[in-house]
Amino acid sequence: MNIVVCMKQVPDTEMERSLVPGDNTVDRAGADGVINYLDEFAIEEALKIAEAQGGEVTILTMGPEKAADSIRKALSMGADKAVHVIDDALAGSDAVASSLALAEALKVVGFDLVVFGSESTDARTGVVPAMVAERLGVPQLTLAGKVDVAGSEVTIRRVTDDGVATVTGSLPAVISVNEKINEPRYPTFKGIMAAKKKPVQILTMSDLSLPADAVGLENAASWVEDFTTRPPRQAGVVVKDEGDGGSKVAGFLAERKFI
Amino acid sequence: MAEVLVLAEHDSAGEVKKVTLELLTAARRLGEPAVVWTGPGADAAQSRLAEYGAAKVYVADSADFAGYIVAPAAELLAGLVRAKSPVAVLVAGTTEGKETAGRLAVKIGSGVLTDAVNVTAGDDGTPVAEQPNFGGSITVRSTVRTGTPVIALRPGAVSAEPQAGAAAPETVSFAASDEAKLARVTERAPAEKGGRPDLAEAQIVVSGGRGTGGADGFKVIEELGDALGAAVGASRAVVDAGWYPHQFQVGQTGKTVSPQLYVAVGISGAIQHRAGMQTSKTIVAINKDAEAPIFDIADYGMVGDLFQVVPQLISEINKHKG
Repeated sequence: MNIVVCMKQVPDTEMERSLVPGDNTVDRAGADGVINYLDEFAIEEALKIAEAQGGEVTILTMGPEKAADSIRKALSMGADKAVHVIDDALAGSDAVASSLALAEALKVVGFDLVVFGSESTDARTGVVPAMVAERLGVPQLTLAGKVDVAGSEVTIRRVTDDGVATVTGSLPAVISVNEKINEPRYPTFKGIMAAKKKPVQILTMSDLSLPADAVGLENAASWVEDFTTRPPRQAGVVVKDEGDGGSKVAGFLAERKFI
Repeated sequence: MAEVLVLAEHDSAGEVKKVTLELLTAARRLGEPAVVWTGPGADAAQSRLAEYGAAKVYVADSADFAGYIVAPAAELLAGLVRAKSPVAVLVAGTTEGKETAGRLAVKIGSGVLTDAVNVTAGDDGTPVAEQPNFGGSITVRSTVRTGTPVIALRPGAVSAEPQAGAAAPETVSFAASDEAKLARVTERAPAEKGGRPDLAEAQIVVSGGRGTGGADGFKVIEELGDALGAAVGASRAVVDAGWYPHQFQVGQTGKTVSPQLYVAVGISGAIQHRAGMQTSKTIVAINKDAEAPIFDIADYGMVGDLFQVVPQLISEINKHKG
C-alpha cells in the first residue's frame, strides 16, 4: 500500500510566536521550525499501517527550504521517502490554496491512503484534510481515534464535539488522526543514520498542474487585514497557604462577585 | 436585504444548539439570516429560530446528513449559495462545522475563515472576522477576498440576543450525490452530557491537572466545579493518563476557553495548557509548586496543597450560598 503522510513544519509552540508586520504572515524565521506535533501521530499511524499491511510511507511537505530538517526527522522515524514541494510562489498560501497544492502534489506522487494530523498548531484551521478529500473526490475519514484497514475498506472511530461515530469508506482515502491514537516513536540512532540516504524528491510549481494565480499570499482568498498583540498577562497576587488558603481564595472570588 | 446563510446545529428532535442562536445574532449584522436546516426536527425548532431573527428556514429533511459525514451538508450549502447568492455563510466553529466550511469553500471557490470570535460588517458591508491566534496572544482581523465568505464562528464567543423574525419555512429537496456519500456512518454514540454547563460556553471553568494525582483525586475538581456552577476541564496530562475523558481537555490540542473565571487546580501551566485558557477574564491558580508558570498569568495564586485548599474553598462557597 502506498501511504502518504502530509506533514507541516510549524514554529515551535514552546517559543514566542508572532506574525510578520507588513504582510501579516506567520513569522517562520523568528522561531525554530519543528514537525507539527499533531503530525507525529499521523507519521506513527502510517508506519503502523505499513508494518501491518505492507507498503511504503512517503512524507509530503509543502514549505520553505528550512522544512528539510523536519523531513529528515520524519524519515528517521522510519518513513521510506519524501517529497518536498518548494516554491516561493507558494509562500503565504491560505488553507484553500494549500489544499489545492497538496491535492495536485498527491496526484503526481500517487497514493492509496493519505494521512494527516488533526490540525496544525500554527494556523489551527483543521480544514485542510477535508478540503483535500473534497478536491481528490475520495472518502474523507477524518478525526480518527482508531483506524482499521481491511482489504480495500478503511473504518475509523471518528471523535468530534458531537460524540463518536464509526465511519467507513473505500481506498483510496484521506484520513486524519487525533493525538490519542498512538504514541509516536522516537528516531533511533540507526534510523537517523538510515534517513541520510533516503530519497527526497523536490517538486516545484512547474511539476504541479497549478495556475500561478491560484496560490501564494497575493492570491489568497482569505486575507489578514491587520493584527494586534495582546499585552502579556500581568501576574497578580500570589499567596502561600497557611491553613486558611481556601478561605482566602473564597475571599478573592467574593470580592470579584463570582460567589 | 441580502441573505446570510446560517447552518443550524441541532439534534434530531429539533432541539437547537445555543451556537445556532449565536450565529443568527452575528448574521443579523450582515444581512437577513436564512437558516439551513439539515435532517428532521425543523417544525419543532421554528419558534425558537423566529425568536432569534431568522427570516427564512431552508429545510432539507434528508437522511443523508446522518448517514454520511460532512460532504452532504457542504453540497447542500453549495447549491443554496448558487441559488440564493448570499453575502456570507456562517457555520458553527465545531469540528464538524469547520470541516463543512472547508469543503464548501472548495466547492464554491471561496475563502474560509475559521475560529472567528466576532463577525461584523466592514465599511463596505464585507464581513470582517476577528480570529485569535497563537493561543490568544495575537488577534487578527480577516476578510475574504474571493467568492462568498464562509465563516466558522467559535461557540460561546458571541452572545445570543433575541430579535423577532418570521422564520418562514421553505422546503428544499435534496439527495446527496454519490461523491458526497463516500464516507458512511455505520454507528453513532452521542457525546455524554452531564448536568454541567458546556465547557466552551461556560461562564466559569474549573480545571484539574496532574496535581490531582488520579481519577479519585480528580473528584475534588468536580465538586469545586459543581459548587461554582462551573464546567469542568482537565489538562492534557490528566486526559492522557485516563483520569478524565478527552472531550474535557483544555489546551492547544483540546478546547480553547475564555470564561469570565478560570480556576486552575494542580495545573503547572505548560504553554500547551495556557494556549487554551489564557484569554480567560480572571484566572485563579492553586498549586503546591510556587515556581509553577501558571502563577505568572494568574490574577490570584494560592501556593498550597490542593487537597487542603479546595475542600476549605468549597465549604466557604457553600457558606456564601447559604
